[in-house]
Amino acid sequence: MKKLLIYLKNYKKETVFAPLFKMLEATFELFVPLVMAAIIDRGIGQADTGYVLKMGGILVALGLIGLLCSITAQYFAAKAAVGFSTGLKHALFDHIQSLSFTEIDTLGTSTLITRMTSDVNQVQNGVNMVLRLFLRSPFIVFGAMIMAFTIDVKAAMIFVVTIPLLAVVVFGIMALTMPMYKKVQAGLDAVLGATRENLTGARVIRAFHKEEEEVDRFEEKNEFLTRLQLVVGRISALTNPVTYIIINAATILLLYTGAVRVENGSITQGEVVALVNYMSQILVELIKLANLIITITKALACANRIEAVFEVESSMEWRDAADGEGASLAVEFDHVHLTYGGAGAESLSDIHIRVPKGQTVGIIGGTGSGKSSLVNMIPRFYDATSGTVRVDGRDVKTYGMEELREKIGIVLQKAVLFRGTIRDNLLWGNGAATDEELWEALRLAQAKEFVETKEGRLDAPVAQEGRNLSGGQRQRLTIARALVAKPEILILDDSASALDYATDAALRRALKELPGETTVFIVSQRASSIQHADQIIVLEDGEMAGCGTHEELLAGCEVYQEIYYSQFEKQNG
Amino acid sequence: MGQKETFRRVLHYIKKYWLYLAASIVMASVTVALTLYFPILTGRVIDRVLGAGQVDFDGVFAILKQMALIAAATGLAQWIMNVCNNKMTYRIVQDIRNEAFRRIEILPLKYIDAHSYGEVVSRVIADVDQFADGLLMGFTQFFTGVITILGTLGFMLSVNVAVTGVVVLVTPLSFFVAGFIAKKTFTMFHLQSETRGEQTALIEEMVGNQKVVQAFSHEDEALKQFDEINGRLQDCSLRAIFFSSLTNPSTRFVNNLVYAGVAVVGAIYAVHGGISVGQLSCFLSYANQYTKPFNEISGVVTELQNALACAARIFALIEEEAQTPEPVDALTLTDVKGRVELSHVNFSYVPDKKLITDFNLAVKPGQRVAIVGPTGCGKTTVINLLMRFYDVDSGKICVDGADIREVTRKSLRENYGMVLQETWLKAGTIRDNIVMGRPDATEEEVIAAAKASHAHSFIKRLSKGYDTVIGEDGGSLSQGQKQLLCITRVMLCLPPMLILDEATSSIDTRTEIRIQKAFATMMQGRTSFIVAHRLSTIREADVILVMKDGNIIEQGNHETLLQKKGFYAGLYESQFAV
Repeated sequence: MKKLLIYLKNYKKETVFAPLFKMLEATFELFVPLVMAAIIDRGIGQADTGYVLKMGGILVALGLIGLLCSITAQYFAAKAAVGFSTGLKHALFDHIQSLSFTEIDTLGTSTLITRMTSDVNQVQNGVNMVLRLFLRSPFIVFGAMIMAFTIDVKAAMIFVVTIPLLAVVVFGIMALTMPMYKKVQAGLDAVLGATRENLTGARVIRAFHKEEEEVDRFEEKNEFLTRLQLVVGRISALTNPVTYIIINAATILLLYTGAVRVENGSITQGEVVALVNYMSQILVELIKLANLIITITKALACANRIEAVFEVESSMEWRDAADGEGASLAVEFDHVHLTYGGAGAESLSDIHIRVPKGQTVGIIGGTGSGKSSLVNMIPRFYDATSGTVRVDGRDVKTYGMEELREKIGIVLQKAVLFRGTIRDNLLWGNGAATDEELWEALRLAQAKEFVETKEGRLDAPVAQEGRNLSGGQRQRLTIARALVAKPEILILDDSASALDYATDAALRRALKELPGETTVFIVSQRASSIQHADQIIVLEDGEMAGCGTHEELLAGCEVYQEIYYSQFEKQNG
Repeated sequence: MGQKETFRRVLHYIKKYWLYLAASIVMASVTVALTLYFPILTGRVIDRVLGAGQVDFDGVFAILKQMALIAAATGLAQWIMNVCNNKMTYRIVQDIRNEAFRRIEILPLKYIDAHSYGEVVSRVIADVDQFADGLLMGFTQFFTGVITILGTLGFMLSVNVAVTGVVVLVTPLSFFVAGFIAKKTFTMFHLQSETRGEQTALIEEMVGNQKVVQAFSHEDEALKQFDEINGRLQDCSLRAIFFSSLTNPSTRFVNNLVYAGVAVVGAIYAVHGGISVGQLSCFLSYANQYTKPFNEISGVVTELQNALACAARIFALIEEEAQTPEPVDALTLTDVKGRVELSHVNFSYVPDKKLITDFNLAVKPGQRVAIVGPTGCGKTTVINLLMRFYDVDSGKICVDGADIREVTRKSLRENYGMVLQETWLKAGTIRDNIVMGRPDATEEEVIAAAKASHAHSFIKRLSKGYDTVIGEDGGSLSQGQKQLLCITRVMLCLPPMLILDEATSSIDTRTEIRIQKAFATMMQGRTSFIVAHRLSTIREADVILVMKDGNIIEQGNHETLLQKKGFYAGLYESQFAV
């Protein structure tokens, strides 16, 4: 929680004023029993009606000032809490975006989403409550004790014993339930995961008519969560009754001590009433405190989980941008090895490639042969375990992140679009692109035709994940998006898989039109997609099985031959 | 859904737990009665402690003993009440989540396709949680509150009518104030809830696709977009929270007025001997106890407002119209031969945009239907209709002569083996994913299926083989590996009809060749629909459906279509040119 508190720093004023005004309100409240004692001893004792009325007026005035203080406090508390969570969410979002692919793979998306949503809400709630009540309640408790001392030292000793006892009970229960709330939250995560899964996989689940089974699975997780909640609930339900018993035991003692003190003339009857009133003020505050503690316990557990996300640091360090003049080689892999975090075996072994500027490079190989891993290393999504990847003659580790990624346009295997319009999506490549540039990119990506038929054309809406478009349309839009950026290096990671042959061929013809220096990497399963490349890299099980032109490989590379002839036969046989 | 209607629905969920509710109410009554009795005893003690040398110690002792017993009994009753309330609340939340989930399983695909996952998830998780918090607070405080008010009123009346009058006259102000604030804040909470949903959707989208965001160095823009929503949320949250938090101070002020009123009127009565000092002290503590529940209830009211706003969103999901229910006498397709007929089918996703019009097709058992057309021509629509993910607008689709709307969905889909373009795997082991269609398959059958679809070799290389746990959406598996698993899944159950949607597009050609062979065996004697790219597949098909812009514009076999020199012929030419 401590580390999260910095997000309150823009709200210092509010953070101080909120509890301050609450304490002010509490102070006025503490005077009430004294005024009451005066009414009993002087007003009633001496039958002075005028005095009673005057004191009544004071009570109303105390209430009014209390109201003003309290409203001020509520405003400051709300402002600080909401400001806090806004800042926190901003920082968290920013932090998640700074994580490298390796961390995102390990953390998992759904966890990150709960952290950002329900966890942050709970913490906001906690901050708000703390600012409002957490200082007020102890203040009243100790204030009541001090007031008791002003009345009678002996009677006040009962307060001195009662308050620590209450603290032990309240904090003991808190310490006990805190770790359990963590488990509850984990249970909630599981329920969330199941819900999400059933939305994303609705078609498959229905195709296999697994609805009933999924419901059973969900109910099982839900039952587990509920049981946890009940166990925690049972313990925290103890707080109220136990404090009630302690306070009333103290009241009984107080009455007894009071009786003795009155008998020997140390205090008056009215003062006994005041002492009892102070004790009941403590009770009222404690009930609030107990409810508050439940909120806080939850909030703290959530805060810890958020903090844990902040503690995950990107495993990649980026330099500040430094200009260095380019060499003639666009991309170079110098004996590169790659092992993913947590994986046993190498995904890429001893990759050695030199790609001059302006070349088109084809990468072909079986599923899991490391094609994607290879191209993912060019924009430095993953770092080499050993060896060096160079772009424009410079080690990728010497680049600034934006500097490197602006050079490279990569179209990932999974064609992802974002909610908005087609234009919004294309502008991801270059926010300043003109409509002509967008259309040009669409034309190159073979997407112009279908975008033209869409209602609204560039302004046609795109649903979340691009679900309102077909797979092929999505792929072509993601290619266009990369082209809008006019990258020096364009990487197509099997991103024409959903295109039919004709469109695929047209796309490749169009890519040839790209201005001279553009280096293109095409990862594909289809020999025809890459056979005209200047250089073809054949991968098998993470190793280079061959490298050269189509003719060279056809003559000397067994793996390539096999791939090519399987396709060649198919197309002509 | 109005607030009242929402509340009625909430009561409906509570009904099942009436025993706990009853126990809770009984214990609340006991708690309250004893709590109220305590100040009376305190008053009696005070009246026996008049001044120096005027203390009745025997009387004081007797009363103190009673007080001790009562305090213990109150604590116990309170605890039981809390436990009952907890149980009731959490079980209701569980019921609601279960019901929401069950609804998700039967919602038409149309709903799922049209709503962002984040929004739906936020309803099932965040909204239900908020609702639970409100409900728990409501139960714990509402009943004790109401009973305290009634009990106090009775006790006070029995002591002094005039002083009671003061309390009764001033307190309703509290209700008025709280009610006013609650009404004002309902819309604010609603807005907050909506904006929050919007934010969750963005988070889901951006965090879920973080890799693309990073590839385009789009972090700053994403953050800007996030901040815009975040800023709006800050505004409306501040307003909602501040205004709702006015309830407490306002009602507390009313409370103080009551207290002052009782003090003055009570003291004047005491001066004239109408009541004793002990009774006055008892009244004062009642004045507190009488108004505190008002505060709490009004606090509960705001909390309930929020809870109801959330509940309304959940119920909207639960009450969302489900897919057309199966007729009671729905047939179960058994021993399917695989004859599929589409007659006069009309379909469109949006009413005013016609898509498929008057489409007819008869497929004999064992025939192969290839669906071809330029990218994005709407080939998946046909799959949506065959699998009955969407219903036709008019016309009918029959399998073995039975209208698919008259057979059970289960038996219809059971007879189709589907491999979609978007692979989807559930979190669980590799084996869990393979046996989806046939949970009773033996180890040998699983391995045989995996071998047939060439997935076995990569599976056995995984750290725990078939027991390797994969995360949601396949986790660390490559696209091709995921697709192989999806194929294995179908390979294991081998239903009489197949739907293959560009299934092999991400798999390398060598593997693909083997799969094509496996498919060929699989398709033997099975009716198959293939969204096809490969000429060999297309040429071997018995019927080719040529689609363009969502419409089926030509159908026939390879030769007849070529002779027609229509769209297909053009398409074929261009592909052959590759």
